[in-house]
Amino acid sequence: MRPFGYLRVDSVDEAVRAAAGQPGAQFLAGGTNLVDLMKLGVEAPRVLIDVSRLPLDRVEELPDGGLRIGATVRNADLAAAPAVRDRYPVLSQALLAGASGQLRNTATTGGNLLQRTRCTYFQDTAKPCNKREPGSGCPALHGTHRDLAVLGHSPHCVATQPSDMAVALAALDATVHLHGPEGERAVPATDFHRLPGDSPERDTEIRLGELLTAVELPPPRADARSRYRKVRDRASFAFALASVAAVLAVRDGVVVHAALAFGGLAPRPWRARTAEAALHGAPATEENFARAAAAELAAAAPLRDNGFKVPLAQSLAVAVLTDLADRAAAG
Amino acid sequence: MPTADGRRDGADGPRPVNGRHSALTLTVNGTPHALTLDHRTTVLDLLREHLGLTGTKKGCDHGQCGACTVLVDGRRANSCLLLAVAHDGRRITTVEGLADADRLHPLQEAFLARDALQCGYCTPGQICSAVGVLAEAAAGFPSHVTPDTAPSGAPVSLTADEIRERMSGNLCRCGAYPRIVEAVADAAAAGAEVRGR
Repeated sequence: MRPFGYLRVDSVDEAVRAAAGQPGAQFLAGGTNLVDLMKLGVEAPRVLIDVSRLPLDRVEELPDGGLRIGATVRNADLAAAPAVRDRYPVLSQALLAGASGQLRNTATTGGNLLQRTRCTYFQDTAKPCNKREPGSGCPALHGTHRDLAVLGHSPHCVATQPSDMAVALAALDATVHLHGPEGERAVPATDFHRLPGDSPERDTEIRLGELLTAVELPPPRADARSRYRKVRDRASFAFALASVAAVLAVRDGVVVHAALAFGGLAPRPWRARTAEAALHGAPATEENFARAAAAELAAAAPLRDNGFKVPLAQSLAVAVLTDLADRAAAG
Repeated sequence: MPTADGRRDGADGPRPVNGRHSALTLTVNGTPHALTLDHRTTVLDLLREHLGLTGTKKGCDHGQCGACTVLVDGRRANSCLLLAVAHDGRRITTVEGLADADRLHPLQEAFLARDALQCGYCTPGQICSAVGVLAEAAAGFPSHVTPDTAPSGAPVSLTADEIRERMSGNLCRCGAYPRIVEAVADAAAAGAEVRGR
């Protein structure tokens, strides 16, 4: 690991000012991904600005019935927050499906969203990688890519976005709040992660020097149910091969609201707008769920060794939507 | 976390000595240590290489195996991923700090009684993690296998499935898992006093 400076800050303004004044600065929160990447030589900040003790560790109900989640709220605390468990179960379930108990105690909301891909080429500095070293190539395209993307990838990068939480946030229409030298702005969670195109080095829309301060959730629909389901190579503590976050509202047997997002398939949480459009106003039947999921996944372009993800995601989506519809029918 | 006198732990922050080192204070197993450390020093390396506390083990050094698990202000964490400088003012509890003088922690007793190890390398991390598991379940933290119908905030009963899921961040290459699950279940059933808080 390369030597680096360290600065602990007490306010968001101080953090943003410090980052603007120091080239090569990075923010440190829980560090579960950043410190690992520093050990691997993938990241080499010149100075770490420690934001882990900023007063951003609250989960607050908003006047409109939504929820504001501070960027330094720990993953374990967010998953356990009664407002999340009771009103946004898909988010609690997604958090609990990720990492281990130790990591969830340390990792933060902001860090979870900003974590880097676990593509093995990205993590190995002896290998080329366009995300790590633009223009060096993508060995994953024809190499080891069983757990990489089937949607949204480009010839320059086939990495997947690893966060489970981000998939739930996409289905919940969350917004990501950023604070930078030019002020504050909010980005929809569905647009926060980028598709790689020819610039895979940029994972998200965050700009240099911006600090992620909070995530906000709109009020939950009273008539909707939500669920997260993940498939992985072992029963626990593994990244998703495929996952689904779904929010479904059914009235008189007809879908009145459907929000569906896939994880493990793409460089970003994959909000399934095509499937949602097919479902809206349709009878909530297994056949319609299968047709909608297939319409979405028709865009998939699997690599040599990850074609299994397409039928896997199809089955997952149908099973989760059917379960939510059954529960709605049972009252 | 505010202390009894209302002061925030480590409120002043670590004091920079030069661009690469800072002076800080960490409390380990109840003993405060004033240290000047290279910023790259992890809590794991601090414990083993600076303080001679070799009970905490280095396995993968990447947060994947759990051998380095310690308690930070009572909550379990992978010490290999924690920069010591960022933990100024925190209280660390290691496996050496669990026993009450000559009386072993109930989880240490349970691991002995169930012979929940073979080579023993992962055991300190398993035990520290299990101390965290008991505290988390008692405080109502859910897991991936906790039923959706469980009321928010209510203590969670540690079934074998719950123990397996909650301990999944601790690998055991010898495969002593069945006995580890039994040992944790024994300690949970005995309502083991959670120490290290």
